[in-house]
Order: sequence, then structure tokens, then C-alpha cells
Amino acid sequence: MAPHGGSAHTDGPWYRTYVVVWFWLLVITVLEIGAVAAALPRALLVTLLVVLSLMKAALIVAYFMHLRYERLNFIFAVLAPAILIVVLVAGVAPDGFNAVLLRR
Amino acid sequence: MEQVGQVVQRTEEQVLEPSPWGGGQSPFAVSWAKLMMWLFLLSDALTFAALLSAYMVARLTAGVWPHQAAIFNVTFVVGPMTFILICSSATMAVAVGAARRGERQLVVRYLLLTILGGVAFLGMQAYEWTHFIREGGRLTGWAGHVPEGVLPPGAAMPAMFPATFFVTTGFHGAHVTSGVIYLLVKAVQAAHGRASAESVEIAGLYWHFVDLVWVFIFTMLYLI
Repeated sequence: MAPHGGSAHTDGPWYRTYVVVWFWLLVITVLEIGAVAAALPRALLVTLLVVLSLMKAALIVAYFMHLRYERLNFIFAVLAPAILIVVLVAGVAPDGFNAVLLRR
Repeated sequence: MEQVGQVVQRTEEQVLEPSPWGGGQSPFAVSWAKLMMWLFLLSDALTFAALLSAYMVARLTAGVWPHQAAIFNVTFVVGPMTFILICSSATMAVAVGAARRGERQLVVRYLLLTILGGVAFLGMQAYEWTHFIREGGRLTGWAGHVPEGVLPPGAAMPAMFPATFFVTTGFHGAHVTSGVIYLLVKAVQAAHGRASAESVEIAGLYWHFVDLVWVFIFTMLYLI
């Protein structure tokens, strides 16, 4: 998407970018539901679903919330605290996996 | 006197000269209102991250977890809810674009479409909750017997399953409700020509965030 993003403002009507993003969000959602229906191996399914939802999140933040068109230092200021979410998950995940290992 | 004048001049130069920030006195080149909305959304993102990571730990700790497809109707209720929320996010983006172009009628029309999407989402969530409560879901555990095929034979329903479901989707539903009220206020203001383009954009940020959070709730609670 990135190489075409810049030109989206010049060709077609002004709402073209939103229609394209809307379309891809729907396609990814259908893919997600399809992946569950296809009964893929558990580890593959979880990885795929996490990657697909991160892709949807990136599309929403970049284009619907216009973050892509903001000043670079603002983009960094907004995205940097997301590290705290990773820290949070990494902090509590061992508790969950310990329980799984202890049960074996 | 001359020295004082030089000092004043130098200070002005320092303020006005291009700095690595690029924005001079406004390094982010956004208004304070927009910056504050982003800060609020960041803190809200961390709240939802806490709820979802607690869900993850509760689920791993519980050992057995219900087969979601046996309780929730993903294809005909939750899938369409996701579809509606994505569509309402797209109409919101168009409303923001129209506000920037000063097309007032278009702003009102697309804000109303967005509100309609939000109300439809809430209606379907009410249906989903009603169904779940009738099956036996309670905030503190499960009432009555567990339907066939939900759990492996002989396994007990983990109390954290309905608890995490109600708290997480309830917290998100409260956000959608506030969003609908927020957008109603904006639509009335826009109809009277009293909504600035930026205030519509800020309302849009909130609405897109609600959609963004649903992406993760949908994936973690219903699909994984």
C-alpha cells in the first residue's frame, strides 16, 4: 500500500482512499472468518489472526485517523507509547503460560 | 538600551528560526484539542490492552475454554456487527473529509449514516447479550447447565469466560454508546453550521478508535 498511498490524493475523487481502505478492511475480515472456518492448525491460526488484525489496525490508524499525513515527530509521539502495550502483554503472559506448563 | 534590544531580537530569532522540531512553537503542528484527543485515546488503548491481556491470562489459566462457535453466532451476528462498524468508520472518514471541504449537508448526511451504524451495532450487541444471558451467562459464572458441544465432556464452565465477555464487550459497548451521543451532538451542531471542521475530525478520531478496539476484541474473544 505504501508506494501508492501518496498518489491517492491526486487521482480519482477525494474520498477514493477511504473507499479503498474500507474495501481492504472488509476483505481482511472475511479472510479472518474464513481462516477460522478452514480449521487451520492452532498455532498457525492464532499467528495469522494476530497479523491480520494488526494489519486492520494499521489501515485504520494510518488512513482513517490520518496519522500517515501528520508530522513525523507527532507520529513517533503517538506510536511510542504503544511499546507499553507490548510491555504489559510480555509482563503478564508468563503467568498464563506457567499455568499451562504446570498442568502438563 | 542597545543591549536590551539585542537580547530581545535574539530571543525572537531563536523562536522563529527553523528548529529540528520544524513547527516552531507548535512542534507537532496540531491543535491542542486534537493532541488531547490523541492522548486520551492512548490512555484508553492501554485500558483495553489491560482488559485483553487479563482475558488472555484468564483463558490460559482456566485450562478448558468454551468453543466460541457453539455459543456465539459469528457468521450471522458478530460478523455483520464487525461489518457494520467498519462501514460506519468509512462513512465517518467521508464526513471528516466533507467537513474539511466545507460541504455542510454532506457532513450532516454522513454523520447520520455513522450514527445509524453505531445504533445498529448496539442493537445487535443487545441481541447478542440477551442470547448469552438466556444460555446461562452471568457476570459471576454460569447459571444452569452448559449447552451441548460447548465444552469437552465432563469439563466445568470456567467462571472467567462470561466475566471477561461481559466486562470487555460491555466496556466497548459503553464507548460506542458515548460515541453515538458525541456524534449526535456534532450532527446537530453541523446542521446549524456551528461545528468546525476540526471538531468533526476530533470526533472522527474517537469513532475510528472504537472501531480499532473492536478489531482486537472481535479477534480475541470470538475468533481465536
